[in-house]
Amino acid sequence: MTDTVHGSPNGSGSASLGLKAKDFKTDQEVRWCPGCGDYAILAAVQGFMPELNIARENVVFLSGIGCSSRFPYYMNTYGMHSIHGRAPAIATGLSTSRPDLKVFVVTGDGDALSIGGNHLIHALRRNVNLTILLFNNRIYGLTKGQYSPTSEQGKITKSTPMGSVDNPFNPVSLALGAEATFVARTLDSDRKHLTSVLRAATAHQGTSLVEIYQNCNIFNDGAFDLLKDADTRGDWIIGLNHGAEIRFGNDNSKAVIRDPATGALSVAEGVAEGDPRVVTHDAHTEDPSYAFALSRLSQPDTRLSPMGVFRDVTRPSYDQLLNNQLDKAKAQAPGDEDALQALLRGKDAWSVH
Amino acid sequence: MAALEFGRELDAQLQLGTNVFRRRTARMSTEVQQLDRVVIRIAGDSGDGMQLTGDRFTQETANFGNDLSTQPNFPAEIRAPAGTLAGVSSFQLHFADHDILTPGDRPDVLVAMNPAALKANLGDLAKGATIIVDTRDFTERALARIGWTSDPITDGTLENFTVHALDLTQLTLDSLAGSGLSRKDAGRSKNMYALGLLSWMYSRPTEGTLAFLREKFAKKPEIAEANITAFRAGWNYGETTEAFGVSYEVKPAPLPAGEYRNIAGNLALAYGLIAGAQRAGLPLFLGAYPITPASDILHELSKHKRFGVRTFQAEDEIAGVGAALGAAFGGALGVTSSSGPGIALKAETIGLAVSLELPLVIVDVQRGGPSTGLPTKTEQSDLLQAMYGRNGEAPVPVIAPQSPGDCFDAALEAIRIATVYRTPVFLLSDGYIANGSEPWKIPEVGSLQDLSVSFLTEPNGEPGPDGTVTEFLPYLRDPDTLARPWAVPGTPGLEHRLGGIEKADKTGHISYDPDNHEFMVRTRQAKVDGIIVPDLVVDDASGDAKVLVLGWGSTYGPIGAAVRRARRAGYSIAQAHLRHLNPFPKNLGQVLASYDKVVIPEMNLGQLALLIRARYLVDAISLTQVRGMPFRAADLADMLQGVLTSDD
Ligand SMILES: Cc1ncc(C[n+]2csc(CCOP(=O)(O)OP(=O)(O)O)c2C)c(N)n1
Ligand code: SF4
Ligand SMILES: [Mg+2]
Repeated sequence: MTDTVHGSPNGSGSASLGLKAKDFKTDQEVRWCPGCGDYAILAAVQGFMPELNIARENVVFLSGIGCSSRFPYYMNTYGMHSIHGRAPAIATGLSTSRPDLKVFVVTGDGDALSIGGNHLIHALRRNVNLTILLFNNRIYGLTKGQYSPTSEQGKITKSTPMGSVDNPFNPVSLALGAEATFVARTLDSDRKHLTSVLRAATAHQGTSLVEIYQNCNIFNDGAFDLLKDADTRGDWIIGLNHGAEIRFGNDNSKAVIRDPATGALSVAEGVAEGDPRVVTHDAHTEDPSYAFALSRLSQPDTRLSPMGVFRDVTRPSYDQLLNNQLDKAKAQAPGDEDALQALLRGKDAWSVH
Repeated sequence: MAALEFGRELDAQLQLGTNVFRRRTARMSTEVQQLDRVVIRIAGDSGDGMQLTGDRFTQETANFGNDLSTQPNFPAEIRAPAGTLAGVSSFQLHFADHDILTPGDRPDVLVAMNPAALKANLGDLAKGATIIVDTRDFTERALARIGWTSDPITDGTLENFTVHALDLTQLTLDSLAGSGLSRKDAGRSKNMYALGLLSWMYSRPTEGTLAFLREKFAKKPEIAEANITAFRAGWNYGETTEAFGVSYEVKPAPLPAGEYRNIAGNLALAYGLIAGAQRAGLPLFLGAYPITPASDILHELSKHKRFGVRTFQAEDEIAGVGAALGAAFGGALGVTSSSGPGIALKAETIGLAVSLELPLVIVDVQRGGPSTGLPTKTEQSDLLQAMYGRNGEAPVPVIAPQSPGDCFDAALEAIRIATVYRTPVFLLSDGYIANGSEPWKIPEVGSLQDLSVSFLTEPNGEPGPDGTVTEFLPYLRDPDTLARPWAVPGTPGLEHRLGGIEKADKTGHISYDPDNHEFMVRTRQAKVDGIIVPDLVVDDASGDAKVLVLGWGSTYGPIGAAVRRARRAGYSIAQAHLRHLNPFPKNLGQVLASYDKVVIPEMNLGQLALLIRARYLVDAISLTQVRGMPFRAADLADMLQGVLTSDD
């Protein structure tokens, strides 16, 4: 994949703090199964952090419960491994009361979309300043292999010996349905792409949701092989690059085209150069239906997976709006001890002598 | 028992008043009777503005200097169909020339704005009570709707009462003739007409109400004027017609010197949180999801952003407490407020807070349960939920306020315990004191206790070979309090990871070691057990009591009133009231052992009694009631009498 995202490099713009990837490693033994995709994501995040150029003490990683949610223990920043599904809620309290911090949420497909689905959609709709990394291995790893809300229908697992019957979520569609202002998808094994998505996600104001396809080599091995195998990935990965035509396939002959009559998006093969139907990706499109239509191109078996930044639009963050109200209230009248005394006294006080 | 009956007789006599004199007015002579206390209840449809009317009468009464206690009572439905029993909303006020403890058992005066309001409240009235009733809706149809086949005003139903049957609606309309208002709009002012009449009857000051109406309807001056006109007309009706030959006076109560205001429990609680946060030097963060009867805390705190208060209306109660905990991790004073059903949802996160050992205040304004239960009615049935409603050994300190004004002090105490011991704390209020009000001596902010908190800013581990300390031990405890350091993000060198997995002593790393778990479970328990709380104070006036009445929370008023009755009847009885339910005061065991009998009245099925029996092996007598209403002092006095006179 090529570098797919645009956006300014992150960081304060001030002098480099000279941090290295190793500065973000902890002394804790990493306890994921050997070969787990989580290792690659951890390495990519640690490798990216120096570029963010934010002092370690101003970074917080919060997680829920699951294999993926062990992540904060391995990041030498502030961190909290909380309870199943609730990290977005906890992070909302932290982020809104401490706008000076850079807050990440690490979550799994079960954590974010089953038990924590409510908190996820509300964080997205509020646009809280959070970067949410959703490790989607399409399985419950920590509880040893039950199907998850992203498992394809018919999935045979310990809890579904005859195959799961429920329809899965597409996390990108779900997030866009909640009008998330930043939604992207990337792959654990593509360090370069993952890093570029992180760069864009962390530059975003408000909530950025990054779905990371992650291999669980114990309970759902090979779930993303079609997107990893050199022979097949060109056929199935639809790379999204802001400002560029959405073309893919080994000879770039496949493309996402727009039906001029209905506006519907579809994938066409053998599309000639200069074909006016080919969509030029605009991640800043205000109307979420465009990004949503892109997200609907993917198949449950990962064929035709758009990868990259689906949507990146500007909207004030919840934190900013709430804190503006505080500033405004303070500017109108002070909140000092005299003000508190006057509040307690109220309007109808009387004296007893 | 005769003596107790006598006590009650005495009450009744005092209440009727003996000291009668006459007042001359320009137009006629009106008798003014002195009373020592009165209980008034105003009832009507939920849309009739009864709560507002009650609030205003209360404020006038407070300004006059009486001691008072109020009890609003409203349906869970916002506007049940008009004229139905289900739609009746009422407000009760007890005021006196001496200190009182409850809103009163039985009203001496009922103002009923429609037939349903009369029917719903008739059974509660004191013998010989006065009824002022708006006759407007006493039609056959309206009466039939609530199951009355004949008119109670004329059929003898009310013969034991003094009845003033008036067409209040028509009187209001007449007073507003020429105002240009539609009949419907004009009729809306009938509550102010009634308030004017009551204000005359009880010689209340009126300037406050007039100013209030002008301010409330500042944007609609014609409505303000209509209300003022109706209010004055009500007053004049009392003053000029022969219908009410008597008005009453209840002298101011001799309260300790100071500045007072009237305050309801939820308001006092919200103010206590703001004041406590300011004394702690921490920004206040409230995470909450609306629920009756706790929502007013969210509403109130959301008004006070200039004090650095952030309120977050979450998507559910789990998110509310989660956000509060997240804010606490960041160094804020995290608070969540809810009622029973919401507290059930918060349980897992409170367990996380126990494990993280971060300060957190959890306010539970209890209501009738189980499940949705009685949303607008009171109960004390969440004590065991607060104590034990979590997985694992997860001790949480529990405190309870005893009256509306006391909610302020309880909030400060919750903040003290939470911040000093780095622990979640439960504050158990309930619907009765949350909505009820009383005069409150306004505290001096500067003299409130200092709750200042210090964050750790330097590593606290063992010095390295070169003598410098670089290691941070997030679970290294203060030897006195067993509290761990509060090190907030943004502090260089103290980066650390917390979590709900069992942590190793000192380092806070993940640990599955059996000895460590045993140690940590016992240490968390020891920390809560070791919280320093004031000794229990016993009120044993005669010094020779054999029976102790022990209570907690909002039963303070009714228990106190019942104890006074028993004492007036000649009995010796001791009273003690628990603010701290976990840990209990250190002297509690000794106090319990000093009495032959321990009686515990509660608005549940004996939850404190269960704890006391288990903890102290005391054969406590549990007196319980779950009617969604506070105990009546008279009922409780009867129950106490039963205990006082039984031989076993
Ligand atoms: C309240 C609660 N319910 C259930 C669990 C058990 N549990 C732990 S992790 C998990 C699912 C994790 O799946 P996912 O979020 O996809 O994370 P993964 O392990 O795959 O990274 C479950 C059901 C729990 N810890 N807490
Ligand atoms: S179970 Fe799967 S997801 Fe969990 S650590 Fe092992 S490989 Fe990774
Ligand atoms: Mg998973």
